[in-house]
Amino acid sequence: MPYEPVLLARINKPDSPKLEGYRADGGYSTFERALVDLKPEQVVAQVKDSGLRGRGGAGFPCGLKWTFLPKDHPGPIYLCVNADESEPCTYNNRILMEKDPHQVLEGVMLACYAIKSRKAFFYVRYEYGDAFRTLTAAVNELYAAGLLGENILGSGFNLDIVLHRGAGAYICGEETGLIESLEGKRAWPRIKPPFPAIEGAFRKPTIVNNVETLACVTQVMKRGIDWFKSLGVPPDPKNPRDAGSYGPKLYTIAGHVNEPKCVELPMGITITDLIEQHGGGVWKGRKAKAANPGGLSMGFVRADEFHMPLDFNGPGRFQCLGLGTAAVTVIDDQTSMVDVLHNTCQFFAHESCGQCTPCREGTGWMEKITDRLRRGQGRKEDLDILIDVADRIGIMPGTTICGLADGAGWPVKTAIRKFREEFEGAIKSGEKSKYAKTLRVVGAH
Amino acid sequence: MGVLSESLKDRIRAYIPKYPRKQAVTLPALHLVHDELRTVSNEAMVEIAEILDLHPSEVQDTMTFYAFFKGEGEKLGQTRLWVCRGLACMLRGAYELIEHCEKKLGVHCGQTTPDGKITLEFAECIGGCDGAPACLMDDKHVMNVTPEKADKLIGELRQ
Repeated sequence: MPYEPVLLARINKPDSPKLEGYRADGGYSTFERALVDLKPEQVVAQVKDSGLRGRGGAGFPCGLKWTFLPKDHPGPIYLCVNADESEPCTYNNRILMEKDPHQVLEGVMLACYAIKSRKAFFYVRYEYGDAFRTLTAAVNELYAAGLLGENILGSGFNLDIVLHRGAGAYICGEETGLIESLEGKRAWPRIKPPFPAIEGAFRKPTIVNNVETLACVTQVMKRGIDWFKSLGVPPDPKNPRDAGSYGPKLYTIAGHVNEPKCVELPMGITITDLIEQHGGGVWKGRKAKAANPGGLSMGFVRADEFHMPLDFNGPGRFQCLGLGTAAVTVIDDQTSMVDVLHNTCQFFAHESCGQCTPCREGTGWMEKITDRLRRGQGRKEDLDILIDVADRIGIMPGTTICGLADGAGWPVKTAIRKFREEFEGAIKSGEKSKYAKTLRVVGAH
Repeated sequence: MGVLSESLKDRIRAYIPKYPRKQAVTLPALHLVHDELRTVSNEAMVEIAEILDLHPSEVQDTMTFYAFFKGEGEKLGQTRLWVCRGLACMLRGAYELIEHCEKKLGVHCGQTTPDGKITLEFAECIGGCDGAPACLMDDKHVMNVTPEKADKLIGELRQ
């Protein structure tokens, strides 16, 4: 039986972003019930027991994160909504915010009730102008309906949601970078600990949650733990540290497929099934050569690895960094991996915030070396130098404050290890790649 | 005589009660000024700093970090046209599209046409991968941009 979408159930309905339509579909009844029937601790417990893991990339258990807040804190406690979705090839948060903002906002309200926050800062990346305007209209509807503000529905619970726009920086998706940016400073990630739950925005306890995670909170509270756990992949019994991959997931498909789109499926679909059953197959009747399984930071897989399940464990077994954002980008067999890797390195060099020297310099070196490769001037030792640099930058080797550098290194390591012959061939032949001459960018920023 | 009008200053001040600290209004203030004046001059930074009880260097520190804002001596055109160069767009012709737009407009990325109508930019992934290659017209997505569609768009923006 085909899976019936829940998170995306409303996106094709007319006026799906409007409060009236959302309420007609039973919207905000979960929040209203929680205000009356549940204590905040019960909401935390239900989300924790559902096994919901963060959808932003790291997969940290959401309810568990909430329990890290200090007990009986006098406040204020803040919720920051991470809508700085900037991981290349990822767009599921945009669809949720543009098409069904109230589902996300109900999750924000439930989360704030659970963590006893009176104020949520909703940080939206600048590029999502339409999402920002849709959210602004939705928040205004909520104030007019008495669902936000003072003493909501006579419950004594107060909540304000402040929408905040970014200014085009990938690093603001890192949770402490986001907090610094929100505070009006350069978005330099903070050294942890203290983690935001102890000392976050404006030096107060703060929870940072992703947009899709909060939409899942709405559904977990509405449909219950059993429903959530009926979907996805249970924990691996051989791995005591595995928290499982329960629930629905928004997968996005991009690149060389016939129908790039966002689909909702239970966790654990394979790349092959995603391409064939949902992406309309590889475009132009070609074959796939590689894919990026979860946003660029996660690395690359070869076509013979497409049976990889897209849950929290699968990508790690294929040398990828993790599930990431579950954004699958397909690369066809006529594309040069040299060009693909250069594009990747160019992105991270551009988006490194410059705080930690190994990342600032390392991402720049990797961009320069891959640029040399695509211009046919690669040297024999370049591939090993690239892997060496990639291995030495990041929080795993312990040389940087945040994970951007790990994300910059992973695609380099996986691309070179999995497509070494192609890279060596390019160096030996000295041929320029397709894009060697293009994109000499002036006025780069 | 300052560069920020009273109405612009009032709109900046209106953000202050939303945040626990005035410094948090730095980005909203920069956006308001940048949208209206198409640049954030040194004088504008001083005036923002006055409103937010900051040192001008704090505003400058934040502003220059984002590289999004045009500073002293630079000015945005009427419309800012961003062409995405992210991987999903590159795979579907973004580099060709950037070259096409540069030729068509006679400017490189980061520059403004002499008539002041269009500032061309490249963007890192703008999350429009289901409509790659994608562009942003200021902050609105335009999807599946072929060179023909880009020509039409540019024609409309030039009018």
